[in-house]
Amino acid sequence: MTRRTPTTDVALIAGFAALIAVCAILPDIKTGIGVPYSLQTFGVLLTGAVLGPVRGFLSVSLYLVAGLVLPIYSGGASGISHYSGVTAGYLVAFPIAAALCGFLVYRNRHNATQFAFVFTCGLLSSFLVVHTLGPLNLAWRADLSLKEAFSFDAAYFPGDIAKNVVMALVATAVHRAFPDLAARKRSAEVEATSAA
Amino acid sequence: MTASPLGDYQPGTSVFHRLPVGAKLLGLLVLSVVAVAFRGVATTGGLLVLAVACCMVAGVRLGRAARALRGVVVAMTLLAAYQTWQRGAEHAFVVVGALVALLLLATVFTTTTSVDRMVDAITRWLEPLRRFGVKPELVALAFSLMIRGIPLTLAIAGETRDAARARGLERNPRAYLTPLVIRVVAHARATGDALHARGLGDE
Amino acid sequence: MSRIELDRVVVRAATPGGPAPEVTVLQETTLDLAEQRIALIGPNGSGKSTLARLVNGLVEPTTGRVTVDGLDVARKGREVRRRVGFVFTDPSAQLVMPTVVEDVALSLRHQVRGREERAAAARSVLASYGLEELADRSVHTLSGGQRQLLALAGVLATDPAVLVADEPTTLLDLRNARMIGDLLLGLPQQLVLATHDLELALRCERALLIDDGAVVADGSPTEVVDHYRASAG
Repeated sequence: MTRRTPTTDVALIAGFAALIAVCAILPDIKTGIGVPYSLQTFGVLLTGAVLGPVRGFLSVSLYLVAGLVLPIYSGGASGISHYSGVTAGYLVAFPIAAALCGFLVYRNRHNATQFAFVFTCGLLSSFLVVHTLGPLNLAWRADLSLKEAFSFDAAYFPGDIAKNVVMALVATAVHRAFPDLAARKRSAEVEATSAA
Repeated sequence: MTASPLGDYQPGTSVFHRLPVGAKLLGLLVLSVVAVAFRGVATTGGLLVLAVACCMVAGVRLGRAARALRGVVVAMTLLAAYQTWQRGAEHAFVVVGALVALLLLATVFTTTTSVDRMVDAITRWLEPLRRFGVKPELVALAFSLMIRGIPLTLAIAGETRDAARARGLERNPRAYLTPLVIRVVAHARATGDALHARGLGDE
Repeated sequence: MSRIELDRVVVRAATPGGPAPEVTVLQETTLDLAEQRIALIGPNGSGKSTLARLVNGLVEPTTGRVTVDGLDVARKGREVRRRVGFVFTDPSAQLVMPTVVEDVALSLRHQVRGREERAAAARSVLASYGLEELADRSVHTLSGGQRQLLALAGVLATDPAVLVADEPTTLLDLRNARMIGDLLLGLPQQLVLATHDLELALRCERALLIDDGAVVADGSPTEVVDHYRASAG
């Protein structure tokens, strides 16, 4: 009965782009060790895990492009300045990380409700993509050695692991609440009915 | 589209307001490559002068420029201190000065570019991709939906946080994030249905 | 007057949680709706919303056929949706653009070409509902009643022949519910109204009582409402 229509996909892509914006605007979670963590990367990986590779990639890209003119990046800073700054590598990494996370989750979609599985997908994506492109750009922009840049970046590891735990808890709950989110486009049965 | 409730756009008639969106983005890109490729005191000094001049031409208010810098002031100070300690004051000026200049130039872009013109430019750029199945009007729609979605999602976030607090769960991010995301999905589906009912999926 | 026909329509849906057995949301139903105002009443989850959604293809029948003026909803969805407007319970899901005037302009995208002309047309639609002062407001800042009125204005802007409304007054306060109800019942369009408000149902020409996925009473609103009241105990 519930059909996957292009308009629902557009609404989900836009809705999650707005959600990432809200995650980035919301006040940072205070941590003991001095580094403030915004929920931005939580939003990015969650979008991938919930929407899958294609919709996830498009949603995060929409967020980034809208951020060129709207103050919706971390800390409420206005957009495009980030691309000329030291954090550009992280931003560029986001849609790729969401796509990878979505690809890994959707490849085994029957496991989308398993915490450990989704957690591993998120962690892999953030380490393979975010924590490589981020420090590489940092080194280039701020004229630091790779070693310096990667050790600055390492300050974000504990927070990222914690954010991935929350991401996996939330993503699995969402997949349980909406089991057809990860379904393939239009079930064969509906296809047959509309063709008949 | 008319003015959005969000955004740093400041209406005006300066040359930067009239310049095409693509030209402004390209200029910014070129300057940010120049800043690194020709790293030096002269480049940074030139960029800073250029940035201040552009801000004045575009009529960027002082308060707005300060607000753009406020978010990064800590990071910039730390980076300046680190570079001074490691490589000397001159090097710190070259690196941090260029970043500040680019930040100011970026502020010129956001101050002189409305969401409308941005969306128009993107739909125009996507037009050649139509033959590959890209629908520029759906992209424009996604933009509007997202802008509409931000205050709505903020309101839901507030409600779910209050609900978590009422149950004594304010220290548990899962307790307010899960209902928030579930309501975002449910709302997106209702919106998808409404768009479909208004015939938007048929185009 | 348009003619809405359901021919041996059955709707089944997968149960949440995966490949468990399907539930029947609507048992085999055959109907011919040609009255000016038709009320669908029944308890929550009875299937009246599903029945309403069938009329413009938001729900597709698992078996059987739905037609509007002879047009098959499953095949000619596009033509049907231009003829059938739909008003939802929650207007904030229906209003998709950031500002009031943009939302009405979205509805007019086929009728009026050119951005300026469309904005002007949207403003005159708003004026006809007394909403012109809200034109440039963010949709988010409107009250519930204003939102539902705007959603209705956006749908009626395209002048559909049929209007389907799925519990349009449920989320409104008494005064706004009365205002929207009066407006709906006074429309020249054919109206299919799913509602819990029995007073509104009594003002229609025909009423259907739906319970547990089946039409259990069909006829004059007075009789059907009495039947519903008796069965609710």
